[in-house]
Amino acid sequence: MNTDKLNFVVPAKAKMTSYILMAVGLVSIICMFMFDKQPDDHHYHATRAWANIFAGSFFFMAIALAAAFFLGLQYAAESGWSTTIKRVIEAVTWYLPVGLSFMLLVFICGQIHMHTIYPWMADGIATEGSENYDKVIAAKIGYFGVFWWIRTILYMVAWVLFTWKLRKNSMDADALGHEESKGFHWKNVKLSAWFMVVFAVTSSTSAWDWIMSIDTHWFSTMMGWYLFSGMWVSALITITILVVWLKKIGYLEFVTESTVHDIGKWMFAISFLWTYLYFSQFMLIWYADIPEEVIYFQTRWESYKTLMWTVLFVNFAFPMVMLMSRDSKRNYFFLVFVGVIIFIGHYLDIIMVVMPGTVGHHWTGLGWMELGNFMFFLGLFMYVVLNNLSKRPLMVKNHPFLEESAHHAY
Amino acid sequence: MATKQIIHGIFGDEVPLLEACTKLRAAGIRIKDVFTPFPVHGIDPIVGVPRTRIAICAFIYGITGLSLATLMMWYMMVSDWPNDIGGKPNWNYYSNVPAFIPITFEATVFCAAHGMSLTYLLRCWLVPGAKAKNPDPRTTDDKFMIYLELNDEQSKKADDILRATGAEEVNYKGMITIEPKY
Repeated sequence: MNTDKLNFVVPAKAKMTSYILMAVGLVSIICMFMFDKQPDDHHYHATRAWANIFAGSFFFMAIALAAAFFLGLQYAAESGWSTTIKRVIEAVTWYLPVGLSFMLLVFICGQIHMHTIYPWMADGIATEGSENYDKVIAAKIGYFGVFWWIRTILYMVAWVLFTWKLRKNSMDADALGHEESKGFHWKNVKLSAWFMVVFAVTSSTSAWDWIMSIDTHWFSTMMGWYLFSGMWVSALITITILVVWLKKIGYLEFVTESTVHDIGKWMFAISFLWTYLYFSQFMLIWYADIPEEVIYFQTRWESYKTLMWTVLFVNFAFPMVMLMSRDSKRNYFFLVFVGVIIFIGHYLDIIMVVMPGTVGHHWTGLGWMELGNFMFFLGLFMYVVLNNLSKRPLMVKNHPFLEESAHHAY
Repeated sequence: MATKQIIHGIFGDEVPLLEACTKLRAAGIRIKDVFTPFPVHGIDPIVGVPRTRIAICAFIYGITGLSLATLMMWYMMVSDWPNDIGGKPNWNYYSNVPAFIPITFEATVFCAAHGMSLTYLLRCWLVPGAKAKNPDPRTTDDKFMIYLELNDEQSKKADDILRATGAEEVNYKGMITIEPKY
C-alpha cells in the first residue's frame, strides 16, 4: 500500500473553482433579492429568493446528513468493502454544521417574518378574528410554534453530536496501535446502532417539520422516506464523484475498482428506492382522490408539469437505462457523467418540493435565480468538503476491515 | 477421433490454484473445469470462462412478464368488464396506467426471477434425480481441483506447471475418447 500520498492537498484549481462558484452565486443571490418582486401580491416578500435559499440549504445539508447515515450504516452493518473510502464519507459528513447553520438562519428569518415560507409562522394564524386566521392550521397549532422549535433544535444537536463523535472515534483510533484501537471501533459500532434508531425517527419527523409544513394543510406519511431516499442518492453521488476524482489526480490508490463498482450499485439501487417512494406517494393520492390530498399534485400538475416529468425521467429512467450494466458501473467517466445528471435531477426534485407551496402560481420556470443560488451552495459545499478532506489522512489506519477492503475484488 | 488424458490437479488453497490457472492458460492449455469448495472471486476471467449470458435471458423474461401483465390487465379491466373504481372508469388503458404499474412491476420481477432460476437449473441440469457430476468429492470439503483433458504433449507441460505451482496431487484418471463433431 502506497502511504506517501495519504495527505490530501486541495489543488489550486479546485479551490479557485469553489471561490468562483461562491462569488458568482453570491452576486446572483443579491440580485435575486433585488429583483424578486410581485407588486400586485402583498403576501409576496421575495418568496422565490427565500425559497431558493431554503432549497439550497436543505439539499446540501441533507447530503451531509445522508453521508453521516451512510457512515453509520457501514459501522452498524460491519461492512468491509467501504473501509478504504471511509475518510471520504467522513469529509462529506462534516458539512453538516455549516448546512444546519444555514437552515437555522432561514428558520429564524421566517420567525421574524422576513419571509413567508412557513404559513404557520404568520402572526395571528390561530387567533379567531385575525386577518391571518386559518381554521385548519389553528387546529394543529400545538404541533407548531414552540414545540416545533424544540424539535428542530433537538434534531440539529443530535445529528451533529453523533456525527462529531463518529468522526472523533475514527481519528482517535489512528493515534493508537492496531490492538489498542479496537475499542474505538466497537464504540463506533454501538454508537452507529443508536444513530440508526435516532435517524430513523428524526429523518421522517424532520421532513414533516421542515418540508411538509410548507404546505401546512397537506399531509403525507411517505414524505419522510421520499426525501430521505433523495438525499441518500445525492450523498452517494457526491462520494462517488469525490472518490473517482481523487483517484484521477493520484490519490486513493488503495481503493479498488470493485469498491467504486459497489458505490455505483448503491447509486443505481437507491435511485429505484426514490422512484418507488415517489410513485407510491403519487399513486395512493391519485387513486384515493381526496380533495385535501390531491391539491398537492394538482398545483404541480398545473404550474410545474415540465419540472415534474423532468424529475421523474432524470431520476428514474435515466439511471435505470444507463447504470444497469456492469460495464457502465466500472467505467469511471460514465459513472461520474450519469452521477452529475442525477445529482442535478435531485436538486430539481427539491425545487419541485419547495416551490409550489411557496412561490405557487408566480412560478415562471427555472431561471437564473435557481442556477445562481445552486452555484453558491455548490461552491460552499465544495470548499468545506475539500477542506475537511485535507485535514485528515485519506486512509484510516487501524480499522479491523482495512485489509479486507484494500483487497476488495470480484 | 482423438484420445485425451484426464488430469486432476488437486490443490489445498485457492491462491496456488489461481496461479496454476494463469500459468496453464499462458502456456496455451485449455482448462476444462475447476472445482472449489466455495466461490472464488475473480476466477472467471483467469480460467477463461466466457461471460454469462443470463442477463440477456433476464431481459427477455422481464419483457415477457411485462407484456403478459399488460395483456392480462387490459383484458380483465378494460376489454372484458370495465369497472368504475374511485371515479376512474376503465374505458381505456392509458388513462389508468398508475393503477396498473404495481402489477406490471410485480409480474416483470416474477417472470425475470423465476425464468432465471429455471434457466440456471436446467442449463446446469440440476433437476430432481440428477447424478452428481463431481469427479472428486474432496472438492466439496477442503480441496481445490483443476480438471483437464489434454493430449500427450500438453499433458507433460501441464504436469510440470501443476507441480511447480504447488499442486498436492496430480492424478491421471485414464483416457477419454472425443468424437469429432462432424
